[in-house]
Amino acid sequence: MNQGDPIPELKVTPDKYLPHRYAGASGDFNPIHIDNDFAQQVGLPRNILHGLYSMAQVARANAAAAGGDPRSLRRLEVQFRGMGVPESEITVTGTVREEGDGIVVVDAEAEQDGKKIIRNAEAELEI
Amino acid sequence: MAVDDGAQGKSYPPFEYEVGKEKIAEYANAVGEDNHVYFDRQAARDAGFRDVPAPPMFAVVYSAGAMAPAITDPEVGIDLMSMVHGGQEFVWGEPVCAGDVITTTAEVDDISEKGGMGFYVFSSVSTNQDGDEVVRGTWTNIVRGVS
Repeated sequence: MNQGDPIPELKVTPDKYLPHRYAGASGDFNPIHIDNDFAQQVGLPRNILHGLYSMAQVARANAAAAGGDPRSLRRLEVQFRGMGVPESEITVTGTVREEGDGIVVVDAEAEQDGKKIIRNAEAELEI
Repeated sequence: MAVDDGAQGKSYPPFEYEVGKEKIAEYANAVGEDNHVYFDRQAARDAGFRDVPAPPMFAVVYSAGAMAPAITDPEVGIDLMSMVHGGQEFVWGEPVCAGDVITTTAEVDDISEKGGMGFYVFSSVSTNQDGDEVVRGTWTNIVRGVS
C-alpha cells in the first residue's frame, strides 16, 4: 500500500431489520433506530442506522485492506454526519495518506445515496 | 456560557464485562464480519489468538456499561433527546478474546460550547484480566440548542 493508493471499496446494504439485530448485538435500543413511528414523530425521515454500525463498516473496509487480520487495525477515528438508513447501499472508500515503519494511515469515508454519513475517518493499519 | 462544564474531569466506577463466544458471533453477524476466526475456536487458535477474538468494534459492547452512567449523569447535564453522537475514536491494544474479563473506566474529558452546540467529550480505558490495555476510546456527543 503506497501513498495515494485507494483501498478496496466496501459496499453493504443493511436490510430492513438490521437495526434491530444491531440493537440486540450492541445493547443500544434507542427507539430512533428500531421504531419507525417514533423516529418520524421526532422529525427523522424514518428509523436510522446506529452510527457505530456504520463505523464498524469503515473498520471492516480498513482491516480488509490490510489483509483481513483484525489485529492490523490499530486506530480508527470518525466523525458522524447526516444519517444512515436501512435498505440503501453504503459505500466505504479510502485512500492511503502516508506509509512508513510498517504503519499505513488511511483517510476514509462512508456515503449513502450520495450523502456522506461518515466523514474525516482516519485509520492506522499495521502492515 | 450556557453549558455547565463543572463535571469536567469527573470519573466513574469501573465496569466489568465478561466476553462470551456466542456474543462475539452475534455481534460479528450483525456488522457483517465473516472471518472464520470470529466463529471457530480452532481457526482462531490457528491464527494465533488465545480464543475466538472479538472484532475491533466490539469495543462498544464491553464499554457501553461504563459509558452509560457518564453520559446520563445529571451533573454532566446532557439533554439526551437533543444529543447526537458526533465522533468516535478507538485505539486498540491487546486483542479481546472469548473468556476475557474486560474492565472499563470512563471519564469526562471536556465540556465546551461552540455555535450554540454543546460538545461533551468522554474518554474510556479498557483493560483485560491480565492488566493489558485492550482499547482506549474517545466519545464525542453533541447537544444542539444549548444557548
